[in-house]
Amino acid sequence: MRSAPDDISETLAGLAIFADLSRPEVERIAHTLEERYFAQDERVLREGLSGSAFYIILDGEAAVIAGGKRVNTLGRGEFFGEISVLLGEAPVADIVAARPLRCLVLPGELLKEFLQTNPRVCYRILVAEARKLANATRRGG
Amino acid sequence: MKHAAISADENAGGMFRKWPFFQRLLSWTKPYAPFEQGTREYERYDWNSLLPEEKACRALMCSMMDGTSYYPSRPEMQRNLEAFADRTGVAVRYGCRWTGTRRDGDRWVLETTDGEYRCQVPIFAVGVAEPWRPQMPGVEDVPHYAETRPAETYAGRRVFIVGKENSGFELATGFLQWAKQIVLASPSPAKLSINTRSLVGVRARYVQPYEDHVLAGGVIVLDASIERVERTGKTFRVHTRKAESAAELVFEVDDVIAATGFTSPIQDLVKLGVATVGRNKLPAQTPFWESASVPGVYFGGTIHQASPGLRKHGLPSNSGGVNGHRYNGRILARRVAKKHFGIDPERPVVARAEVVSYLLHEVTNAPELWHQKSYLARVLVQDPKRGIVDDGILPLQSFLDSGPADGVAATLEENPTGDIYPVLYTRRGGVSAEHALPPHPLHDFRTRDHEKAVVAALEGLLL
Repeated sequence: MRSAPDDISETLAGLAIFADLSRPEVERIAHTLEERYFAQDERVLREGLSGSAFYIILDGEAAVIAGGKRVNTLGRGEFFGEISVLLGEAPVADIVAARPLRCLVLPGELLKEFLQTNPRVCYRILVAEARKLANATRRGG
Repeated sequence: MKHAAISADENAGGMFRKWPFFQRLLSWTKPYAPFEQGTREYERYDWNSLLPEEKACRALMCSMMDGTSYYPSRPEMQRNLEAFADRTGVAVRYGCRWTGTRRDGDRWVLETTDGEYRCQVPIFAVGVAEPWRPQMPGVEDVPHYAETRPAETYAGRRVFIVGKENSGFELATGFLQWAKQIVLASPSPAKLSINTRSLVGVRARYVQPYEDHVLAGGVIVLDASIERVERTGKTFRVHTRKAESAAELVFEVDDVIAATGFTSPIQDLVKLGVATVGRNKLPAQTPFWESASVPGVYFGGTIHQASPGLRKHGLPSNSGGVNGHRYNGRILARRVAKKHFGIDPERPVVARAEVVSYLLHEVTNAPELWHQKSYLARVLVQDPKRGIVDDGILPLQSFLDSGPADGVAATLEENPTGDIYPVLYTRRGGVSAEHALPPHPLHDFRTRDHEKAVVAALEGLLL
């Protein structure tokens, strides 16, 4: 966790959303995304602030804080930030590193092109979003 | 603060004693600018001078340049740094190499070739100039950018350059009149600075090989994974694969050069728990350039690029260049003085009636804000005893994520369409809000409309 992975492509290939890609495709993505490290308790996304990004968790744990309460916890392979980017709105929650957190980051402005260039990743993300929506609906019901 | 500075080099200058390979910088200094040399406002146009207290030592870069280019040559930059060290009397023990690190109670012990130094706070400003290669079969056996031969020795040869960032394009530019064929390859497309609107991307000076590529000359700019490099007698065979088609492309070439970037020689710090980040494994840092995993260990200089700040709209800091980290360095010195030595730097009071004009002057002219957009900010806070206090230039992230004092941070930002505009971040009772001001075609924000916008943002807070 302390040291950056020697080969980020290997790490990416092990994540569900990149599972359908060939090695050259994974390498291209590894070169497109930037790795970030967040210390425990550091804020990653800030509620109400514009210009955010899309994050994929490589290692560690992130807390979703809304209305001052922890409403969810995200871990390896999960992602966040895409909703505010796709809707062109500021995030509606804070995301805070619950433990030291290592993420890959794509600036919001590049997300549309990224999804269009990588339709199989787009499909995997869509499935994950559908699952989140189904769970939320179940909880609501 | 009592301090010691050591350097493994024989004199000032750091990496500029060797590089760039083709002997001219990418960072400009404009001798003739809208402001007089030596003023704070002039710093916006001079990316290469350091920032001394002594007025006579400011804007030194200009006096070293021969007028042939607004990009200083490498020897000119070296002379600039040597003159700065000499004229300001900075005490540095040269020829003294840091070799190891350990804790001893509340002190750090730095082992060096000249014996041990003990200190409360170590700051490692060891640069990002150690050649780095990715894990790629065969690449470990080819020369790195740092080992490139004189350009004329590539005459009539086929050269394969691994990497499509500035160092790769710099070499390609220098080889244009010599090499028979030039291939630049990496998995993702080349980014050009005029498209990224930042220093992340190939600078305009090095775009000539790209034009040669699009006009189908002798240069090939290839988006492909490099699977392996094989030596075949006097030549090399480079196996590549494109992401879209998965088709293999094999190149027979005379030379392969790894223009794959640089890392920082942080030696045993990883063993002491210093977390690293990114392909080139730089130390992960807090907004005040402290190790994100080992409190009390700080970093200086170009290593600051691994403290990315907010990266709003994807815009990176300029901390990898002198024009960015020179301002971080000032803030870091104040931070260390306050946090570790109890020295609280002077913070002047700002009259309520001057707040609006002061902030608009800052966003129009402050070099710190222009060089470090959405990274550094001018911060004013409400002090219950003194009134409105100027907290100085600080990392924007630290303002947004720090304590409860009400205040405002003024910064500059840039959106994806290229508009540059001021943003005020206010904090009331621990709650932050963002107030974007309109852009201005001449970047002069001292207008009636901007005044009204500042008043609206600060009403009931500082006004």
